[in-house]
Amino acid sequence: MEKFTKLDGVAAPMPMINCDTDRIIPARFLKTIKKTGLGVNLFNDVRYNEDGSEKPDFVLNKGPYREAKFLVAGENFGCGSSREHAPWALMDFGIKCVIAPSFADIFYNNSFKNGVLLITLPQEQIDRLMDDAEKGANARMAVDLESQEITRPDGETIPFDIDPHRKHCLLNGLDDIGLTMQKDEKISTYEGARNTAEPWL
Amino acid sequence: MSGPKTLFDKIWEKHLVDVQDDGTCLIYIDRHIIHEITSAQAFDGLRENGRKPRRPKSTLMVADHNVPTSDRSLPIENEESRIQVELLEKNAREFNLPFIDYREVRQGIVHVIGPEQGFTLPGCTLVCGDSHTSTHGALGALAFGIGTSEVEHVLATQTLIQSPLKNMRITVDGSLPDGLTAKDLILAIIGKIGTAGGTGHVIEYAGRAIEELSIEGRMTVCNMSIEAGARAGLVAPDQKTFDYVMGRPMAPKAGQWEHAVKMWKQLPSDEGAAYETEVTLNAADIEPQVTWGTNPEMVLPISANIPNPADEQDPGRRDLYERALKYMELEANSKLTDIHIDKVFIGSCTNSRIEDMRAAAQIAKGRKVADSVYAMVVPGSGLIKEQAEEEGLDKIFTEAGFDWREPGCSMCLGMNGDMLQPGERSASTSNRNFEGRQGPGGRTHLVSPAMAAAAAINGHLSDVRDFI
Repeated sequence: MEKFTKLDGVAAPMPMINCDTDRIIPARFLKTIKKTGLGVNLFNDVRYNEDGSEKPDFVLNKGPYREAKFLVAGENFGCGSSREHAPWALMDFGIKCVIAPSFADIFYNNSFKNGVLLITLPQEQIDRLMDDAEKGANARMAVDLESQEITRPDGETIPFDIDPHRKHCLLNGLDDIGLTMQKDEKISTYEGARNTAEPWL
Repeated sequence: MSGPKTLFDKIWEKHLVDVQDDGTCLIYIDRHIIHEITSAQAFDGLRENGRKPRRPKSTLMVADHNVPTSDRSLPIENEESRIQVELLEKNAREFNLPFIDYREVRQGIVHVIGPEQGFTLPGCTLVCGDSHTSTHGALGALAFGIGTSEVEHVLATQTLIQSPLKNMRITVDGSLPDGLTAKDLILAIIGKIGTAGGTGHVIEYAGRAIEELSIEGRMTVCNMSIEAGARAGLVAPDQKTFDYVMGRPMAPKAGQWEHAVKMWKQLPSDEGAAYETEVTLNAADIEPQVTWGTNPEMVLPISANIPNPADEQDPGRRDLYERALKYMELEANSKLTDIHIDKVFIGSCTNSRIEDMRAAAQIAKGRKVADSVYAMVVPGSGLIKEQAEEEGLDKIFTEAGFDWREPGCSMCLGMNGDMLQPGERSASTSNRNFEGRQGPGGRTHLVSPAMAAAAAINGHLSDVRDFI
């Protein structure tokens, strides 16, 4: 996994609540056997017309938002299906940070495992960042994971909380599996006891 | 932790392998089901890093999302689907993992065959790269959906890094009235607590109405826990659970069985155990449910009218409702029973078990599907299909004009070619009515199997109570 330390770029506003993972990447694009190449189908059905042309009203089809690195989103972002294709598609498009009042649990886990930073903030602060994100080419934000701060276009900073384990893994680009394999002895001890107590498992 | 414990607390504590200083937990995973959509990249990861599955016998692999529901003796037409299905088999062989071929009678939807094969057991931890893994909680297993990175993590280590979930109890007092099913119950619950009502929680379903449900009904309820935002649903195992599990191919055998049951009897929540959140409702107050909008909390009793967004105080919600009505092409204040439908889908991990087949057949018997409707029945597994055929249900369906298909996920998410065309409207027994879920531009109304059959016959959404 790539390290995540700092990010700056344009933030796109996506205020709708309950944005589900079928919307982020519809099921018919899950036939891929790779993690890459999904960016072009990110938000496919609200981004393109049936003939494949772009819908001009959709935010990521508008000028500076084509290069968006942040999304400022509504509550319960990423609900529904567990498909990890959702963060893969965001990442492939170039969006590496989503800021919202709340996220669905599985999407939250999946994103961090792919180097996508999710930041949860109270609605009041989201409203201000959403206003910022409406500013087109001027909707530039920055995030510093080490110091846990978002910098708004006007230079004001907003602090955020993050789980220390997830922060550590993102900053160092650490692979969870490698970390867990270091606990092999503990896993073996557990397995040994369990095989005796519940041999049917 | 001492003092009274919940069912969740007991399973969680028993599976803790390690707790870090920062509170991060490593939990042991007893059972892992793998299907073709969310696993290819996980196996690539194992190969790239020279890793092997830690405990192959904890795993069960089967293709379900992409398989055709038509003649299985023919090759899969869609090339991408065929590649994914073939790759699942190749990965199973390469890593020597238990695998069910999609042409075998034991094949079916992951969440149907886990319990059916006795792979899912009370008190175990079970994961799968699919959000509807919550289904297995009906047997008292702690079961939840994971992403592909976690599939790889479980394969390599047989564990997962997790934070503890919060406990929520939903108590359903009273009994379900005639004609009402587990599907109506869970839709009513989601309508009450909302799509994010259970976020961060595991929901334990309790109360008389839950106790009275069959195991199949409990699976329907637990299945849609994710639609209320909860990662997992749970029902305390009881005699019905033990009777259901006993004798299944992968269940504990005689000699171990009594010991297993003795342990499982310790699982139910202790008197006085604490829940962060409690919700209560009465089953007797519930009417047949139908969704009108684009997420499962947009649900109403069949006798209701479509809501008017102008009545919503919250601007975010008003916007959401307006958007939903526009997408669904519905008028505010109009009657739900006036909504005409084009397709009926009876199937999915929510409602494709034998009891669902029977409930739909009971309505279909001696009646005809409306000329304007195409209706399909997709059993959840080959074994369910076989049993339904032994009971003559296939005849009832085909005589009424329903299409009787091979098992799989099918039109729940439209990956295998079974899908809605743009603008088409379905009455569907599946679990998600998101925009485009059953095909781009498709419109979905979620209902119970009996309600779906009633809609197929009348050609519009209908109250099943008028049929019984």
